Amino acid sequence: METKILWLLPLFPLVAFAFIVLFAHRNRALSHTLAILAVVLSWAGSMFLFWRALQVGAAHLAEEPFHSTVAWLPIGKGFFRLGVQLDPLAAVVLFFVAWTIVMIFVYSVGYHNYGAPEGDHDEKGLPPHGATVEHHGHKHKVPSIEPMYSRFFAFVSLFAFGMYLLVVSDNLLTLFAGWEIMGLCSFLLIGFWFKKPSARDAAIKAFMTTRVGDVFMLLGLAYLYTQVGSLSYADIFNPETLHHLATTAAPALGMSAAGLIGLLLFIGTVGKSAQWPLHVWLPDAMEGPTPVSAMIHAATMVSAGVYLVIRIFPLLAAAGHEAAFASPMPIIAFIGAFTALFAATIAVAQNDIKRVLAYSTISQLGYMVAAVGIGAYVAAAFHLVTHAFFKALLFLGSGSVIHGMEHGVLHTGEHVDPQDMYNMGGLKAKMPITFWTFLIGGFALSGFPVLTAGFWSKDEILAEAYGLGHGGVFWTLAIAAFLTAFYTMRQITLTFLGKPRTEAAVHAHETPLTMTGPLMVLAVFAVAFGWVGVPEHFPVLGGLLPKWFQPWVAATFEGLLPEHGELEFSYFPLLVSISVALGGLLVGWLVYRGVQRADQPDPLEGVLGPLYGVLENKYYFDELYTYLLVKPAYWLGAVFTFRWMDRGVIDRILHTVAYFSWRLGNFLRNRIDLPIVNGLGDAVAEGTKGAGRLLRVVQSGRVQHYMLLALVNATALLALVYYFVTRS
Amino acid sequence: MNITEFVSHPLNLVTFFPLVGVVLLLLTPREAKNRLRWIALLTSGVTFAVSLAVLARFNPADPQIQLAYQRPWFQVAGLQINYILGVDGLSILLLLLTTFLTPIAILSTWSAIEERVKEFMVFFLLLEIGMVGVFLALDLFLFYIFWEFTLVPMYFLIGIWGGPNRMYAAIKFFLYTMAGSLLMLLAIVYMGLHYGTFSVPEMLAQGAIGGAVQNWLFLAFAAAFAIKVPMWPLHSWLPDAHVQAPTAGSVILAGVLLKMGTYGFLRFNLPLFPEAAVHYAPLMGLLAVIGILYGAMVSYPQQDVKKLVAYSSVSHLGFVMLGLFALTAQGVEGAILQMINHGISTGALFLVVGMIYERRHTRDLDQFGGLWKIMPIYGALTLITTLSSMGLPGLNGFVGEFNILLGAFGSQALGSPLYAGFAAAGVIFAAVYMLYMFQKIFLGPVKHEVNKTLKDLSLREIVTLLPLIALMFWIGLYPKPFFALMEPAVQHLLAGLR
Repeated sequence: METKILWLLPLFPLVAFAFIVLFAHRNRALSHTLAILAVVLSWAGSMFLFWRALQVGAAHLAEEPFHSTVAWLPIGKGFFRLGVQLDPLAAVVLFFVAWTIVMIFVYSVGYHNYGAPEGDHDEKGLPPHGATVEHHGHKHKVPSIEPMYSRFFAFVSLFAFGMYLLVVSDNLLTLFAGWEIMGLCSFLLIGFWFKKPSARDAAIKAFMTTRVGDVFMLLGLAYLYTQVGSLSYADIFNPETLHHLATTAAPALGMSAAGLIGLLLFIGTVGKSAQWPLHVWLPDAMEGPTPVSAMIHAATMVSAGVYLVIRIFPLLAAAGHEAAFASPMPIIAFIGAFTALFAATIAVAQNDIKRVLAYSTISQLGYMVAAVGIGAYVAAAFHLVTHAFFKALLFLGSGSVIHGMEHGVLHTGEHVDPQDMYNMGGLKAKMPITFWTFLIGGFALSGFPVLTAGFWSKDEILAEAYGLGHGGVFWTLAIAAFLTAFYTMRQITLTFLGKPRTEAAVHAHETPLTMTGPLMVLAVFAVAFGWVGVPEHFPVLGGLLPKWFQPWVAATFEGLLPEHGELEFSYFPLLVSISVALGGLLVGWLVYRGVQRADQPDPLEGVLGPLYGVLENKYYFDELYTYLLVKPAYWLGAVFTFRWMDRGVIDRILHTVAYFSWRLGNFLRNRIDLPIVNGLGDAVAEGTKGAGRLLRVVQSGRVQHYMLLALVNATALLALVYYFVTRS
Repeated sequence: MNITEFVSHPLNLVTFFPLVGVVLLLLTPREAKNRLRWIALLTSGVTFAVSLAVLARFNPADPQIQLAYQRPWFQVAGLQINYILGVDGLSILLLLLTTFLTPIAILSTWSAIEERVKEFMVFFLLLEIGMVGVFLALDLFLFYIFWEFTLVPMYFLIGIWGGPNRMYAAIKFFLYTMAGSLLMLLAIVYMGLHYGTFSVPEMLAQGAIGGAVQNWLFLAFAAAFAIKVPMWPLHSWLPDAHVQAPTAGSVILAGVLLKMGTYGFLRFNLPLFPEAAVHYAPLMGLLAVIGILYGAMVSYPQQDVKKLVAYSSVSHLGFVMLGLFALTAQGVEGAILQMINHGISTGALFLVVGMIYERRHTRDLDQFGGLWKIMPIYGALTLITTLSSMGLPGLNGFVGEFNILLGAFGSQALGSPLYAGFAAAGVIFAAVYMLYMFQKIFLGPVKHEVNKTLKDLSLREIVTLLPLIALMFWIGLYPKPFFALMEPAVQHLLAGLR
């Protein structure tokens, strides 16, 4: 029963995708009904399985997960088996994936202006530009429906298939398949408005950059397979295999096989979860429609990268045990912590409401990666879930804001960028639901103490970093947390507080229920999900609610990791965590509450000077990569390999050989043939002439002769065969 | 012993059935173009049906040669030359690929070939005879005849119906391949004298030729096959031939003719020269990896779509060669599957390119842009084809590449996982040039007025592509039946290497 449902979870959206593409693409209502119906079914199945998992209990579920396999392809002696599995870790991931996906699907109906008129000049491949309607005798402009409405729902359904596939996989190969399918959908959806050159470029960039990571991951899989002979979790994550991998030397980097495999797989995460140095694609990916940003680039796909490192944590941990080999863990911790801080600094200087969130996502994913790197994989999983909720909320909220602003822009005809926060201000009064939910999401992101889910998960990471003695990671993350609170409050202040700074902002108004509804649901989770993981020793609150999350996830790897006792509770990281959150929020508000005009320079520009420009330009990483990688790659292909090697060297050698053969032929004919072998020479000459005629015939096109000749040859061949065969 | 007995054998029938079509074509007036087309299409369709009948009688569990048809043919200087056809797990899929692609290629010429339809179809069917013969012949002499025979129709297909620079391309193709074949011919003669027969099964029964001679023989065969594959640095005939060839010619050239090279390695080099195969595996692996990276790098800057796809073939066949010379079950099986995959995906890519060329009479990437809106079906089918060629999981390319990488990674013959490592980089490049191509044609604004009135695919064009697309999904999602066909034969082959 459970396993049957597990198989069905990815299938519902896949069927919806196929149906929309084949039959429903002309009918908008049918398209979104099919898509939403499918994800609601998957959601219901997920909730049922989650409930069953709770009944079974973590310890039991870890020992005997819901599991079923089929033989896929024969490899060597055995079969490559593929299957589905639900263990405690997959269960919590399934929980947030199911919820966020349904919310985002519903939101998309409103976001793409379902029910609005067709645009005046809208065309496929560009965002809708608005339609003119007559109202009480005077004309005005309102938003228009997305011209590729059905296509959007088809693509997001395919995406949902990929994500469900990844979560329910019992092996790394189908996980990789889901991973790549999501990459494809991400490409298709970032470039959804494919006629916009910026969207087109962003789509290509996203696909390429993540593919760099994917290839290393693929190599990691190949290496793992050659060592273990299987890619299924059950075969890899058992004490004997892990011991074998941890004690086998890898061919490079002085690591054990476990270490090198872990590192290679981790590079896949670096690409997918947009960690430095492969982070460049995620901010550009904001070119896609906002629900896409929320779903793919905040809640699900980028989370998949972190899910992978948590999934392979036993392997990483095993790699660190053998003193003889280098451990990959410090690299992971470094990349995570560095990314957390690095992206947070960039977020401070962005004015596009979605780009701030994009860098914030990179930074928060860095937190999780860093947590895995110091061994706190449970804290990483906790933050993964809470972040998925509050970041999806923030993205959808930002989409709602942009929508409200676009309404104002259409109404007033003012030419302002509806995504630039400096053009907003005072939206609190115009869009109250969006404001309050965004505030909750923003406070959760900042780690506002006690109330929000983000506080509990972030605090746990900080506490673990401190308690496990990783001072560098602790302070880096603490500074990043301060910046997070700061840029979040900057965003809230600029967007919602104060007075409207443009006419468009004056005329913005609240979005429909299909959009605000999901915001409210997600806001509930952004607050409440933290309560499942309140530490026992937390002052006053500890022990009021059972601490459920941590033991639940930890049960997944029971027996694979060395026991380490509960960390002793310490006030120091808690105080740091609270003060950076509140401090950042306060400073953000103080600095930005005074912004009056849309064209005003950012108050930080005066403080930071030229450094602000560096941040605004994202440390020039895009430019650096263009000059360091893209252009040289083109040169290598076009000039070096093609023009010099292929045409210059290889073909020139060929032509030279041909030329000398021709000369040799001439020489033989003129110097030897004609004077010496005169008699024979005539025959040869005839032959040459014959060959010449052959070519002439071809050139002049009188080919039927030669066709006939070929036919005669073939028939002769057949006759010959027949003759000799029958004779014997 | 009579003609009924001869043609009633399914392998003879599948090889020579196209001759029936040739005769019918000759009896049809040249003005009746549609009738000529239908004759060719139906003939190749029946040939495909016959090949399915062969498949039905094929026993996948048996690793040996099956359905063999052997008759003494004639004697030269006391040497018995036999006519032997047979099929086993190494060749059955290639046989099917050939008979499957031929009708598709013929269908693609419906409106593309308007001149000399009669001759075109005759050459095409003759080409099919040659190709099928290559995959079925088990006597070296007979094999050589079929091998050379394929050159002639292809030469004319390029030379007559090709692009502006067709003569250069046709002659380069002909001479290059011919030069390689001569070395093979020498080796064949040597082997015939040494074994006293040209029959491959008998040679295998007698055991391999020992010593340094085996290495020389390996190299002589390799010369012919490596040019055909083509392996770096012997590939430079391929882009020219592809660019000049008509669409159907390119489909068959990429889809089948190149596979004759890789098949040659598989059928002759590995079992006949086992020690040499192991000895040269690192060298072949190195050339394969260079080919993968080199082909990919050169593909990227090409402005001519056809040239881009042609160079990508160099890269893809590098993968096949790497898998073969990994000399592991996964590697070889992956390589065989990848031969089929390449035939399907690259065949489809050439069809797709041909369709746009027919409409616009250009293949310059800069002449397009934003076509997805104008031709949505065309865009969707091209995208699937592109993704299949890039090796996206769920489509055929991934299964082959993944097996090859697995095989190469753990290969003892290659001796280092670095081969797999560098080959994997080719996967990144594949995404680069393929997406670049897709983006240039389909995304962005419509820059050229002429493109605004382009018609989407006709029903016939969709029908041409659909079987290929269906196979991409089938192999990608459920490759088991394909592996089941080759598995025992591959195990048998590898057992002979140890």
